[in-house]
Amino acid sequence: MQRYSAFSLFRKALGGHADWQRQWRSPEPKAEYDVIIVGGGGHGLAAAHYLAKEHGITNVAVLEKGWIGGGNTGRNTTIIRSNYLFDESAALYEHALKLWEGLSQDLNYNVMYSPRGVLMLAHNIHDIQSFKRHVHANRLNGIDNEWLSAEECKEFCPPLNIGAMRYPILGGALQRRGGTARHDAVAWGYARAADARGVDIIENCEVTAIRRGVNGAVEGVETSRGFIRAKKVGVSAAGHTSVIMDMAGVRMPLESYPLQALVSEPVKPAFPCVVMSNTIHAYISQSDKGEMVIGAGTDAYTSYSQRGALHIASHTLDAICELVPMFRRLRMLRNWGGIVDVTPDRSPIIAKTPVPGLYVNCGWGTGGFKATPGSGNVFAWTIAKDEPHKINAPFTIERFRDGILIDEAAAAAVAH
Amino acid sequence: MLLITCPHCGPRAELEFAYAGEAHIARPTDPMALDDESWARFLYHRANPKGLHAERWRHLHGCAQFFNVVRDTVSDSIVTTYPAGQPRPALPGDDKGATR
Repeated sequence: MQRYSAFSLFRKALGGHADWQRQWRSPEPKAEYDVIIVGGGGHGLAAAHYLAKEHGITNVAVLEKGWIGGGNTGRNTTIIRSNYLFDESAALYEHALKLWEGLSQDLNYNVMYSPRGVLMLAHNIHDIQSFKRHVHANRLNGIDNEWLSAEECKEFCPPLNIGAMRYPILGGALQRRGGTARHDAVAWGYARAADARGVDIIENCEVTAIRRGVNGAVEGVETSRGFIRAKKVGVSAAGHTSVIMDMAGVRMPLESYPLQALVSEPVKPAFPCVVMSNTIHAYISQSDKGEMVIGAGTDAYTSYSQRGALHIASHTLDAICELVPMFRRLRMLRNWGGIVDVTPDRSPIIAKTPVPGLYVNCGWGTGGFKATPGSGNVFAWTIAKDEPHKINAPFTIERFRDGILIDEAAAAAVAH
Repeated sequence: MLLITCPHCGPRAELEFAYAGEAHIARPTDPMALDDESWARFLYHRANPKGLHAERWRHLHGCAQFFNVVRDTVSDSIVTTYPAGQPRPALPGDDKGATR
């Protein structure tokens, strides 16, 4: 792998930047791999990277239906935080946040992790009580989260309107280590690092069936580029997880919904942090390119169409215009949707399945990006050792049968 | 935004409706007889198909009635709507229609 550094940048500049290597190869699929990961998004690529790096399993293929970074990894609003209520979730997301802090060095790729602070606004008494409970729970788990009054929110984020409005800002919970990262760079960085350790990243390769042997165990996958043999298959396919798992005869407690986001025209640095409001359904941050990145809630109905209804997006913009009145004349450039797989308790599933050799990492719903490194890390562990890491041990499929839910649905409301 | 034809009121904008999940999921008549697996299936497992999906909608800001819709989840186009209580109609290309 060609290492990136200020020196290499300088040296290539002398040559007119003509001889940079491809970031990853474009190999033909081999007949057999030790592990196949279905889905070349951030989570799948991270799993491949950690399989190679931490478990020495390099005979791995990542199969991607489209292109790397073209699914939800390239469609989210890049927010990173770990201030979740329950111990199980806090451990999982904090594991991810710790990996984010060293990720650029680990991958030798600038993922632009920017811990600029995530401020979650409270608009009513219930919000205040619930967020203060979060603050206390997080502190007990060693996760930074602090309560700010409305004036302190204004001081931390001057564009906010803390005056009279329909849902006034009464305060907020601030996680200073939270922030954003460049989503494309995360996918590319993981792809490049995994490829350098021998992982085959195979784009334009759609899985059409999962073949199982007479004993029920996985034998391999049928794809649009032929049959590929593997004794272990990890499914990391976001909104299409239930479609893929159906191929192996496993029914998942998942529903797929469109989740929309928008970006504005780029402007000079104007917004210093990430602001989220669960109550009035909006979140906003500014990308390094200058665009305001704005996220909405999910649409009401299940869909695979990667687009949502205009009234959902405009409802979010109403909220943004109230919260930050100076953005009222900002024009929106693009609006898109991604298909997110939502579990009944709004917590993910990272687990073995009833089918031997088949593993699944799904159910991230509206909040998967922040977990990318941690999710891939524990998924790789689960595949390599055929047993869950202690962090993802509670995130089973069977928790729905056994009634041991990790009910972040009530804890975190809509925006995740 | 979807244009949904309420079987009682005719075509109206999606804003008037509330989505209410997959249709034709009957509550078990004898819940005590169910094992955990079947109870979980009833509560949490949904078909989530990529293709035709029978789902409940409620005309919240209209007649307030629940009814059923068959919608293609790939294109979001609505194939048909029918009153609650009726079986899923037989439709070309739909192997889950009334014949099951």
